[in-house]
Amino acid sequence: MDGFGKIIFYLQYPFVRYALIVGVLIALCSSLLGVTLVLKRFSFIGDGLSHVAFGAMAVASVLKITNQTALVLPVTVLCAVLLLRTGQNARVKGDAAIAMISVGALAFGYLLMNIWPVSSNISGDVCSTLFGSTSILTLSARDVRICVILSVIVIALFLFFYHRIFDVTFDENFARSAGTHVDRYHLLIAVIIAVIIVLAMNLVGSLLISALVIFPALSAMRIFKSFRSVTVCSAVLSVLSALAGLFLSIAAATPVGSTIVAVDVLVFFVCFLIGRFGLRAG
Amino acid sequence: MALITCKDLAVGYDGDAVVWGLNFEVRAGDYLCIVGENGSGKSTLMRTLLHLQPPVSGEILLGDGLTAGGIGYLPQQSSIQKDFPASVREIVLSGCQSRKGLRPWYNAAERQLASETMEKLGITKYAKRCFPELSGGQQQRVLLARALCATGKLLLLDEPTAGLDPGVTTQLYSLIEDLNREGITIIMISHDIAAAVRFASHILHIGRTVFFGTREQYEKSGVGRLFLAGTQEQEMPGRPEE
Repeated sequence: MDGFGKIIFYLQYPFVRYALIVGVLIALCSSLLGVTLVLKRFSFIGDGLSHVAFGAMAVASVLKITNQTALVLPVTVLCAVLLLRTGQNARVKGDAAIAMISVGALAFGYLLMNIWPVSSNISGDVCSTLFGSTSILTLSARDVRICVILSVIVIALFLFFYHRIFDVTFDENFARSAGTHVDRYHLLIAVIIAVIIVLAMNLVGSLLISALVIFPALSAMRIFKSFRSVTVCSAVLSVLSALAGLFLSIAAATPVGSTIVAVDVLVFFVCFLIGRFGLRAG
Repeated sequence: MALITCKDLAVGYDGDAVVWGLNFEVRAGDYLCIVGENGSGKSTLMRTLLHLQPPVSGEILLGDGLTAGGIGYLPQQSSIQKDFPASVREIVLSGCQSRKGLRPWYNAAERQLASETMEKLGITKYAKRCFPELSGGQQQRVLLARALCATGKLLLLDEPTAGLDPGVTTQLYSLIEDLNREGITIIMISHDIAAAVRFASHILHIGRTVFFGTREQYEKSGVGRLFLAGTQEQEMPGRPEE
């Protein structure tokens, strides 16, 4: 059977359709705040949070909690708030705090998984949490529902606060002088990032989440030059890359997460070349 | 009633005053220049006037219907990120953010205001251009347009001509002068003492000695004469503070 036939064949199965729905939604959500993350130097917070999410996931699996999101989401959101608080006052201290929390969570998570192994295949468990390998294809209907609900919340919040997010990202001081509660919106952005990271763990695993957030935005920024066009373009690129990655991984039997990220990287280079050779749009 | 009245104001960080004993008022139509040496607290004072930080002591009274969010602020260029993907229209429109409140979109009146302001400052032709690609003078016009969208009354300009070449600096000063003639009150921090005494109606000199008065009084005062004589030789033009 050729690759295309294989895809048609697999599409009959609900778990493949679930994976596509979840994949598209996660790709869409993760791309929305990409520009803000890249430009606000929030990207390291995103990276740190993904490690926190890994640690929380390890705790959840050791405790044999069936609904892991119920534990991972609050812990990640809490850490997002904490990291933002420390990052505001002193930049250097903030960076150190993020490194501490993220590496600490990573080590702690791995330690827990080794001391109280939930299955005989520890390295397999760790690998799938870090790289997401096949978890996207083992989603239950409930996982899909949670993902859809969270995605809709993220997208609604983003649309509602779109201009505010632009205001506080572009010029914090001006926004403050105009009476905008900048700290509140930073908090909102951090919480949204945390939600996205928890969502995206299913798709690409905790190590590759940053790629999903950052690459589409960076790609779009090569070609487009206004905030709105960059945002729209990065959402489109992200969704298309996720779909391409999912189909490729089914056809070629490669790990889902890393295939999607590989497509994202490829798209970035294409966009880089387009931007380089002067085909810039408005 | 004055737009801004400062009584025994002391400004600084974390309770440590950098400048204290500030008593001055800004009336509608004034053109106030704040001058002083580097590190004398000019930017700190401006941040306090904008409510970006609390005063160490004393008080700032707003009058004549001026609200804290209704001041048009032109920050120093260095505070804006390079490479930010934003079009001129998006930036000017963001000046309406306090008018917009919690509404998720800008309404027709706000879009109209942004368009008119861009027209007035001669930047309509750049509306779709990307901000980082513009020259320094064009960027200042864009940020000035944004500040104007935020206010109908009072502009606070922090070193508006820093880093601009002489020709563009002159243009910007005359633009600000025109705005002042139209009735917009100006408060400007400046290193450029020559321009300050040329355009301003009032001078606030801060540092070891604090002086507030009209331009004529300043030129006759001891501190003014000293500063006017000294800075013309020493001060590097266009050097940003901090």
